[in-house]
Amino acid sequence: MGTFSLFLILILLMIIFFVLGKNKSLLMVKSNIRNLHSRPVHYGYSVGINSFIPGFCILAIWMLSEGYIIDKLLISHLGEKSANLASFELTNLLNSIKEYFESANPDPELLRHVEYYITTSERIAWTFFLSAIAACCFSGFRTLNNIKPDINSRNNLEFIIKIVLVIFSVIAVITTIGIVFSLLFESIRFFDQISITEFVFGTQWSPQTAIRIDQVGSSGAFGAVPLFLGTMLITAIAMFIAGPIGLMSAIYMAEFASDRIRNIAKPLLEILAGIPTVVYGFIAALVVAPFIRNVGEAIGLEIASESALAAGIVMAAMIIPLISSLSDDVISVVPKSLREGSLGLGATKTETTIKVILPSALPGIVGALLLATSRAIGETMIVVMAAGMAANLTINPLEAVTTVTVQIVTLLTGDQEFASAKTLSAFALGLALFITTLALNAFALYIVRKYREEYD
Amino acid sequence: MTDNSSDNLYISKVDWNSKEQKDRLKKRYLIERIFKGFAIASLLSALVALFVVLASVFITGVSGFKETRITLDINMDERIVGDLSSMSDEELRRHIPSINANQMIINALREKFPNVTSRREIFEMLRLFSVGAQTEIRNSLLNDHNLIGETVTMNLKASSDVDMLIKGKISREIIEGDRKISDQQLQWIDQFIQEGKIIQGFNWSFFTSGDSREPELAGIWSATVGSLLTLLVTFVISFPVGVGSAIYLEEFAPRNRFTDLIEININNLAAVPSIIFGLLGLAIFINIMELPRSAPLVGGLTLALMTLPTIIITARAAIKAVPPSIKEAAIGLGASKMQTVFHQVLPLSMPGIMTGSIIGMAQALGETAPLLMIGMVAFIVDTPSSITEAATVLPVQVFLWADSPERGFLEKTSAAIMVLLLFLIIMNSLAIWLRHRFEKKQ
Repeated sequence: MGTFSLFLILILLMIIFFVLGKNKSLLMVKSNIRNLHSRPVHYGYSVGINSFIPGFCILAIWMLSEGYIIDKLLISHLGEKSANLASFELTNLLNSIKEYFESANPDPELLRHVEYYITTSERIAWTFFLSAIAACCFSGFRTLNNIKPDINSRNNLEFIIKIVLVIFSVIAVITTIGIVFSLLFESIRFFDQISITEFVFGTQWSPQTAIRIDQVGSSGAFGAVPLFLGTMLITAIAMFIAGPIGLMSAIYMAEFASDRIRNIAKPLLEILAGIPTVVYGFIAALVVAPFIRNVGEAIGLEIASESALAAGIVMAAMIIPLISSLSDDVISVVPKSLREGSLGLGATKTETTIKVILPSALPGIVGALLLATSRAIGETMIVVMAAGMAANLTINPLEAVTTVTVQIVTLLTGDQEFASAKTLSAFALGLALFITTLALNAFALYIVRKYREEYD
Repeated sequence: MTDNSSDNLYISKVDWNSKEQKDRLKKRYLIERIFKGFAIASLLSALVALFVVLASVFITGVSGFKETRITLDINMDERIVGDLSSMSDEELRRHIPSINANQMIINALREKFPNVTSRREIFEMLRLFSVGAQTEIRNSLLNDHNLIGETVTMNLKASSDVDMLIKGKISREIIEGDRKISDQQLQWIDQFIQEGKIIQGFNWSFFTSGDSREPELAGIWSATVGSLLTLLVTFVISFPVGVGSAIYLEEFAPRNRFTDLIEININNLAAVPSIIFGLLGLAIFINIMELPRSAPLVGGLTLALMTLPTIIITARAAIKAVPPSIKEAAIGLGASKMQTVFHQVLPLSMPGIMTGSIIGMAQALGETAPLLMIGMVAFIVDTPSSITEAATVLPVQVFLWADSPERGFLEKTSAAIMVLLLFLIIMNSLAIWLRHRFEKKQ
């Protein structure tokens, strides 16, 4: 009697109605298809879909509202008892009723509520279940009755399909709206407790808020500057390494390499791009960080074991393929005439590349670098596994720094109480991250488009 | 006339064979060589990075597929086991886990080393064996009741420390205090080795068991199932929605502000960091819709939203590549636009769409950060059997093991990464194969 079995029943009914509709249309014209406006399957589909949609709507309403309805009914059944409870106590009480296990000496009061819960939830489930099937059959038979040879079933069906397609393509927009609103909503709650100026300009980050009032040393400071600086430091290291390497590999593959080398190197770079970031993080912590530390020791430098440098280097390895494939695309789009004209005048390949190809591909390359920067800023697993947790305000690449994404992960994994400033600050950080990357992407797309227009 | 003559004058002035010009040419060629050298060096360094990643995973991970076992003669003492023959299946199921297999190992060890008597030493000896060794004894009893009273030679799973020692990951040279294995234990192990009673074999349990606190018992099965369930949810949602919106945007959408907005939005969504999708999943699916935490359902939904832009973009490209002549022919024969799309365009663009979807799925398979946000980091031993049960996925399992301080988990982490990479390689090869077939057809 669950939602899933209802779904299966609805599908089954849809198939039955499909067959009924198809056969009825054939019967009406005595199998002479020419007299039908649409093909028989169209009649079948339209009856089937018309039966499915109302049932499915009720199913959706059931799934979305069941919890809410039951909670409301339970609270009204609890009556006075629930009125003077705090919200979390009420949630606990409701949960203890819903997830009731038999115990040796049951509390009769609680037992009464548990019984009420079981009967009402069953009643609600049956109501929805039966009404969904009823709606399905009603709508199905109605459309079935309406079938006439000259009814334009195909057009009706196609209209429904088109609406479904529109709904599908709006989901992407809804996702964005969902992101913006969920981030904004929680951030506003955060900024009710902590001022925006403290968040944006404060230099102290220690999100540990006191759970008990008398607790020492956990006042909670939410100045995000060390995180922004740490993110920028690691991103800068990564871009400083990956930018030239990625660009030069792209130039080599587009201008110098033979087809054979190209055919080997390109898939290899694609493999590099396809390695999950958690693997990079593992390598950073296992190989690169100790290596850098040892090198530092050998030349007499003290390097933190979770140095920004290690995370930056590994992140560079991750974004090299991104930069190289994006700039490779841009470079190979440069018109052949430009390249050949330059070579024909006696310029070497290097001169052609530097003086002709790069200038004309520049906007695309800048766009690629910006996109790579935004990827590096938003990268999570490498820094979670290789960068530190402590928020140091430093631009020394040999020290441990922390980043925005690391803090989001540490704030939201493990125990959390939802309304605390500590948890909400993760959403504020997320909002900052979202705005930054969005701005970078939009700017990258803008540059590319503007220069492309100029070029045409 | 004057122009021409001045040009000639200029050209004739340059002596291409002069030393000055030759030096200049030499310099230009030198720059050419240096530039090309830099370019090659860049490409090589990228490939070196790939090599370092793969090699270090392989070197540390290969031993993770091997396990160490110690051969021991176990006496299935009836006094310990109890009378199994008279029990019903139900009683057996309750009784078997309560059998004191520990005592059986201790008895076997006492017999083997008669001069070891103190309890402390016996327990130290017991620590050579994994906790899983007891389960192995119980399972053999469960499978064959006739063993009772007999002495059976069994290969029991060694503890992680012994395993590490045999694989050479724990050095014998270190002083005793810093080493996880005491000198006394080392002696016993050497005796076992001399008698040929320590054997190494393929670690099947790595593929069949779930997570465990003990490195030697930990496996990837539950994480693999979790990954499959999550991917299933992701695919079921993102594929129809992605292809549907690609069809609409490419074939039906009027060019207006609204569709422009959808397009820009999809392009931007493709570049939003994955962790933001995790925050979205946490806020919407868990806090508002109150779906179960850590479940493949929520993970799949979150990843579906994340892979949606990838699928839409590639599907649009594939649909666009269908020659207009085919569409026009279908419409000319009286098919409706919808019929043309579903009967002609979609079948022709399917290989391209599948390529994009597989690449999107591969991305989703390797994704970790958004799943951390929705609580898929719990320690989960059991294999999930539905999409609403708590589960973990392969990359998260890698993350959890990589975080573990125990030495034995290092090789498990790398081994799990190797399995994950194998899945990714299979998926990507499939995508490449489809693309080739597609290109040939066109």
